[in-house]
Amino acid sequence: MRRAFVSELIRLAERDPSVVLLTGDLGYSVLEPFADLFPDRFFNMGVAEQNMLGVATGLAASGFTPFAYSIATFASMRGYEFFRNGPILHELPVRLVGVGGGVDYGHNGPTHYALEDIGLMRVQPSLTVIAPADVPQAATAMREIAAIPGPVYLRLGKEAGELAGLDGRFELGRAVTIGHGTDVAIVTYGSVATEALAASELLESAGIHARVVVTACLAPPPVDDLLSALGAVPLTVTVEAHFQNGGLGSLVSEVVAEHALGCRVLRRAITTMPRGSSGDPAYLYERYGLSARRVADAVLAAVAIGN
Amino acid sequence: MTDLRRLSREIRRDILETSKLADVGHIGSCLSVADLLAAMYGSSLRIPDLESAERDRFIMSKGHAALALYAALHSSGLLSAEELSRYCQDGSAVGGHPEHELAGIEFSTGSLGHGLCLGAGVALAARLSGRSYRTFVLMSDAECNEGSVWEAASFAAHHRLANLVMLVDANGQQAFGYTRDVLDMSPLSERWGSFGWDVTEVDGNDPFAIAAAVASVDTTTGPPHALIAATTFGKGVSFMENQIPWHYLPMSDEQYRQALREVAE
Repeated sequence: MRRAFVSELIRLAERDPSVVLLTGDLGYSVLEPFADLFPDRFFNMGVAEQNMLGVATGLAASGFTPFAYSIATFASMRGYEFFRNGPILHELPVRLVGVGGGVDYGHNGPTHYALEDIGLMRVQPSLTVIAPADVPQAATAMREIAAIPGPVYLRLGKEAGELAGLDGRFELGRAVTIGHGTDVAIVTYGSVATEALAASELLESAGIHARVVVTACLAPPPVDDLLSALGAVPLTVTVEAHFQNGGLGSLVSEVVAEHALGCRVLRRAITTMPRGSSGDPAYLYERYGLSARRVADAVLAAVAIGN
Repeated sequence: MTDLRRLSREIRRDILETSKLADVGHIGSCLSVADLLAAMYGSSLRIPDLESAERDRFIMSKGHAALALYAALHSSGLLSAEELSRYCQDGSAVGGHPEHELAGIEFSTGSLGHGLCLGAGVALAARLSGRSYRTFVLMSDAECNEGSVWEAASFAAHHRLANLVMLVDANGQQAFGYTRDVLDMSPLSERWGSFGWDVTEVDGNDPFAIAAAVASVDTTTGPPHALIAATTFGKGVSFMENQIPWHYLPMSDEQYRQALREVAE
């Protein structure tokens, strides 16, 4: 997904001379194509995220369109206040790119797991928050980002691959629904969407018909699409590689509550701070209840209770 | 050159009158930078108009001394007396910290440690755009406690942003004590020098010396510039000088009268 980001960024930079790329000393073997084509528009800021955000703000105030790149934990948290008092407060077109949302950094352990970034960013008014589920969607999202006049937080996975049925669709304020099942809606974003989709297949063979809603745009929230998708089901399950509070589970709960929808919401997320046992994402999903099998089991249990 | 001493007096008078009207504090912090601002707005800054892409940029990173900036903008004709009088009134954009919605203010500051990073970005933008404007950032000495300041310092030096001039209001005080007791940042000049900056020490309460120091640095090539301005907190009002409480206190009527008399001298 990082490579799709860079390809699209290059295309964007070719037509828009204001685009510049800043990195917090990360992106080795990924960002070089941009740096080689645009050496005067690429800045390795060093391991200094607050300054990276501040400089991006100054550049944006002076007519540039900066993309600032780091691992999602450091991108979203180390300079968060400067992002809030900079591009957000001043309504400037800084695109903050966090790589490795959720547990995509696997073996690298909890300091590298972004489990609160969507919550932190969703909280800010007028900030666009995007988390693509696969490579084609990431490419489409990058093309949409070009026209956004304000700040953006973009959470990228490290995964490559394509989610069947998504077809790279992305629109601001919209979600994509795959399938028509009316027993349960499984709402998801990011790399873990593959688990959510696989869960729906496991459920299908158990006679539970699901629809999968991919919410790559967390802000502005895809309210209309959520109302359409959730209005007809008794149970909604949110699946995210994120802490339980503040992310998609909270977003869906807000929509359900505000619109008095009749469905129950089950929030599948990481409920404890991971520590002491890292591994690849598949291992971590299984351990923290986000694998297809664990999600399907939780849905079956919830359906049984509902019945 | 404008009579900078007269401009300093006007700025001090405006600080006192406006603080009294609003009945708020931060007076001592404002008084210590009055001469720095007089030098900036009376001499150093080249601002043909506020929209000009070639205007010099001034960033008040020491945001809590906003009133001093407003007073300087007022003296320069960039802020009306009426707007200034609404300092800290309900609904006013002229608040306790600068907001960029006000004409003449580049960024909303008040988060100490932010301004130099912003300034580094603006200075870099000048280079990328082939423009010759200078970027000035006014910080406090306590603000140098913040790590982000040193990130920006490293960045600016590494990229030899000669068009970036940072002025430190070194008054030896911070919010809850004297700098030497809280987090001793001395020797300030040596610290900035060791980060690769060109350092000039100047009497921060002599606006002519400040203007001369600014005029003497090369803002076309070389390292970025640090002007270490030795100032007195509360300068101009004897009972406020070097007194921590005057970071916070509003003035009584008697104190106000005495202060006005002293700054008129």
